[in-house]
Amino acid sequence: MRTDECLAKLAEFRTDEVVIAAMTSAVLWPAHGSHPRDLIYVPSTMGGAPALGLGLALARPEVRVIVLNGDGSMLMSLGCLVSIAEQAPPNLALVVLDNGMYAVTGGQPTPGAGRIDFAQMATAAGWRSARRLATPDAWAAALPELLRAPGPHFAQLTVAPEPTAITPPPEPMGDRLARLSVALGKR
Amino acid sequence: MPTIDLASVAEQLRCLGCTHLVWIPDSEIGGLETHLDRSIRLVRACREGEALAIAAGLLLGGGRPIVAIQCTGFFEAGDAFRNVVQDLKLPLFLLIGHRSRAAFEAGRSGDSAARYLEPILAAWELEYIVLRPGDDAAAIGELHARAQAGGFAAAVVIAE
Repeated sequence: MRTDECLAKLAEFRTDEVVIAAMTSAVLWPAHGSHPRDLIYVPSTMGGAPALGLGLALARPEVRVIVLNGDGSMLMSLGCLVSIAEQAPPNLALVVLDNGMYAVTGGQPTPGAGRIDFAQMATAAGWRSARRLATPDAWAAALPELLRAPGPHFAQLTVAPEPTAITPPPEPMGDRLARLSVALGKR
Repeated sequence: MPTIDLASVAEQLRCLGCTHLVWIPDSEIGGLETHLDRSIRLVRACREGEALAIAAGLLLGGGRPIVAIQCTGFFEAGDAFRNVVQDLKLPLFLLIGHRSRAAFEAGRSGDSAARYLEPILAAWELEYIVLRPGDDAAAIGELHARAQAGGFAAAVVIAE
């Protein structure tokens, strides 16, 4: 399946969840509509989106947080699979769009491209659910649980390799954070 | 043996309203865990860059986290620090254990971890104080109050 196809399906099911989009997802997610609870995480900490999502989920247990990550980014921070499992925030879902490449740097293969089962790693770390999906139908079938049932949930989506040019977000980071803060409301 | 009064440090964290301690322990501040009560949630990270990103998410959600790491981990976390403080402009607050500082100052250690911490803090333009054995832990609360009021990141360097 294609990355954009996965994001379109997520946009269809998404209601008021925070969506943190990093790397390729940060480029493609805005095309599926603007939402005040979107955080286009560019510039980011390399591999930092899942950890950022963990912090937000812990601070705001009443808010559902979805992190869109890449396989290259996931490889940079595999330890956070364990950190997240230990904290076990029921309101967090992590989606790894696995295209087997560093899409924004020209499409170079990631280490172990196509062979890494992140979902098994998440299972071993203790996530409540973890799945590896390769078809749009399977992704669509999994979304209700990911978005509604207590987590943390992990999903590895096998997607087609498509190099993606990184483009700067249309507004400064400060404006994006301010909008998210307003959308989250007072704690 | 710890040389800083960790019970006083824990009391400072409580007084300044810390909600989460995000950390990777080192030999000096590792005993802090035993002094924490249930008002502060301990979040164990696997790497220091990850700890900083977790703290960023907590800050975005309205939490009041403090990150406790060793200076070696601060070196590792440079990219995360750059992003959280320079890009996101979040008022990160850190406790940084300064490995071998006392021995280095006495000319008894060539530990590069001791030598490079302060130059790197200066390069990152991070405001900090140094807490030495016997110093009043109230300095933590004073720096935290100034950093919160000014909206800037700051660190307490704990001499080891």
